[in-house]
Amino acid sequence: MQIKPILAAMRHHKAGTVLIALQIALTLAIVCNALFIIHQRMARMARPSGVEETNLFVIRSDWADKSDPQRIDVQMQADLIALRQLGSVQDAAPANSFPLHGTGWDNFIKLQPDQVKMTTDSAIYFSDDHTLATLGTHLIAGRNFTASEIGAQQPRDAMHSAQVIISKDLAQRLYPDGSALGKTIYVSMGNKPSTVIGVTDTLQAHMVGSWAGPYAYNAVLVPARLLNDYTYYLVRARPSQLAAALRDAPKALYAQSRMRIIDRKDGVMTFAQVRQHAYERDVGMAILMGIISVVLLAITAAGIVGLTSFWVGQRRKQIGVRRALGATRGDILNYFLTENLLIGIGGVLVGAVLAIGINLWMVTQFEMARLSLGYVVVGVIALLLLGQGAVLAPALRASHVSPVEATRSV
Amino acid sequence: MFAYYLDLALHSLARNKALTALMVLAIALGIGASMTTLTVLHVLSGDPLPGKSAQLYYPQIDPQDIKGMMPSKEPPEQVTLIDGLNLLHAARADRQALMSGGSAPLDPEKANVDPFYVETRYTTTDFFPMFDAPFLFGHAWTAADDEAKAREVVIARALNDKLFGGANSVGRTLRMAGVDWRVVGVLDKWQPNPHFYDLNTGSYAYGEQVFLPLQTMLELGLDRNGSTDCWGNGGGGVGSILPSDTCVWLQFWAQLDSPAKAAAYKEFLVHYSQDQKALGRFQRAPNVRLRNVMQWLDYQMVVPDDVRLQNGLAFGFLLVCLVNTVGLMLAKFMRRAGELGVRRALGASRRALFTQLLIESGVIGLVGGIGGLLLALFGLWLVRQRPSAYAALAHLDLSMLFITFVLALCATVLAGLLPAWRACQIAPALQLKSN
Repeated sequence: MQIKPILAAMRHHKAGTVLIALQIALTLAIVCNALFIIHQRMARMARPSGVEETNLFVIRSDWADKSDPQRIDVQMQADLIALRQLGSVQDAAPANSFPLHGTGWDNFIKLQPDQVKMTTDSAIYFSDDHTLATLGTHLIAGRNFTASEIGAQQPRDAMHSAQVIISKDLAQRLYPDGSALGKTIYVSMGNKPSTVIGVTDTLQAHMVGSWAGPYAYNAVLVPARLLNDYTYYLVRARPSQLAAALRDAPKALYAQSRMRIIDRKDGVMTFAQVRQHAYERDVGMAILMGIISVVLLAITAAGIVGLTSFWVGQRRKQIGVRRALGATRGDILNYFLTENLLIGIGGVLVGAVLAIGINLWMVTQFEMARLSLGYVVVGVIALLLLGQGAVLAPALRASHVSPVEATRSV
Repeated sequence: MFAYYLDLALHSLARNKALTALMVLAIALGIGASMTTLTVLHVLSGDPLPGKSAQLYYPQIDPQDIKGMMPSKEPPEQVTLIDGLNLLHAARADRQALMSGGSAPLDPEKANVDPFYVETRYTTTDFFPMFDAPFLFGHAWTAADDEAKAREVVIARALNDKLFGGANSVGRTLRMAGVDWRVVGVLDKWQPNPHFYDLNTGSYAYGEQVFLPLQTMLELGLDRNGSTDCWGNGGGGVGSILPSDTCVWLQFWAQLDSPAKAAAYKEFLVHYSQDQKALGRFQRAPNVRLRNVMQWLDYQMVVPDDVRLQNGLAFGFLLVCLVNTVGLMLAKFMRRAGELGVRRALGASRRALFTQLLIESGVIGLVGGIGGLLLALFGLWLVRQRPSAYAALAHLDLSMLFITFVLALCATVLAGLLPAWRACQIAPALQLKSN
């Protein structure tokens, strides 16, 4: 295939050529970035929580009378016994927050008491000796809390637990050599040390915001019930008894005391709902990006069809002459395909630069990673194929122009 | 002449239905997507108190200890109770108010309504005139009531409707947090968006139902929500209801009617910091900021990243749609070179042809704009189905409606410029010869 005559022909319709190339470039830049964002969001959603999510649910109980923390403590212990005694319930534990919840406590973690800057940030989970079993999270080193170690505290009391259990990632962050077990760390503003008695397998923090990325798997389990205005109960149903447990647990709590509010709408949530709620925005964003990309590709394809059809119509006579001089149908078809490929290559070259430029700009504006070149390569191939597909119909029509056209209207 | 050109344009558009439809669809999609996201952005980054916000300032001072001090670091985003009361009592601004938010259980007199929680704002008397809060009945409590720790409340219209059936409830009693309160005023519907005076409660679609004097709240120790930032080893007020003196947890706002007053107030804040340092309370060199409402919102970056991202994406999309339209229009106009050549030969000036072609692209813009408007309405409906706090606010207002059409028309006329100009460059003789 001769490229020179194609280039010569292009010079006669510069504006159209530039417009198609520009459209391809812009589409490539946007679609690459959109795909990248979709993939990032999906990767976020696919992260493990470290929790055995099936059969787990959460109840929020708001205390109607908040005046007496001691009474709240007694009530919480009674509630937990009642929940654990249910036939459909395997285990239950109190909680101030839990993985993927979105809100909760996060504290700066320090290795030395007089350290000015934090070593890292971590979620604080108030726990008891049933918490790990209820979550279905395993210890990879050390031991669980014993019942006698579990205390109680109010939100404004200083945290001074002598023992803590920390997540694998936090242990790795604090002691990269893997020696966290038995060491002391400082988990609150009080200067009392806490000894690490256990290290869990992967356990996600409650924070789901993108700012919390570096801390997303840092968690400290503190052996205490938090006597706040409300509490959460983590409840693990026995296998295949989730529905029964969801029904029984609130009833059991109300039977214990009616001095509480369990919201009818979201007072009881299965962990699947917790997960869905945590990533709702990411799903929305991914869908939007997906729709925009598809529509964008469709419009670009339609634009190519439109402009090429016009060129075919404009050159019917030239095509006829070429056919009369011996060019085969394949030659004509090839001509238009090659022309489109050349424009496409020009477009994707500009587009690739633009895509990377937009990404670099977004990195400075938003919480975003660098675009990996794989997306650009995939985008380039997709757009070149799209161009070839779009040009096929007009090119086929061109190849059917009969040589007789050359003789007409002269 | 315009009517004739319009007629010509419609004829020409009707001749090539698929191409016209494609152009209109592309414009409509581009306009629809960008107007949807622009409206959301417009709503979210809007001025909560138009006409007033430029006079409202949020003073920040730095009472933290010397640990962890870094030069040019921002002071805390709230004030301590001591500093708040000092600034309030200094009364150097035209108006000022100290405040915090919380919630309290409300016990309705009606037996058939269960007790429920209401969002509360603890503040001082100037809050209402300063933020232009409109009263339906009654008025605010007075400065004397503030100091006397009066048990008086101003309630929102929605709560008044719920408790008192919408009647004038001034003078009636409300039982909240185990205490009897006298209603002194009822606010008309009032909900600034964003909730600029306290962003800790969530930036959008948040409104308090009960307003009461801050001093009374301090005395009774009512429940408080919001952010508390402490430093040192104070432990945030262990065992007490309120955060300790080394914690910031209150918002302080000042109304300063002229830039000169604002400059003077900033000066005052520096002096105040110096005085406090001399007294030994402050340890750092004066570190003050004085932002007005819009500057404060900007600094706090209230508009979610995702919304800005979507807006950028939508405008990129519109740009592609426009490039697409330019290309198609170019094809369409060039195809009519013969017809245009005849018109030129018969005496039509270039300018006349140019006008005719621009009118044709304007018609596409108008139809595309109407389509885009419908799509934007649909898009905003979709946004309202989303779970975000701001979703309910996504409505098209008149100014955005106007912008939609201006954008659509300008964009398409602009897109028509190049093709029309190119088409007018054709030498009539050449076209006539080849036909």
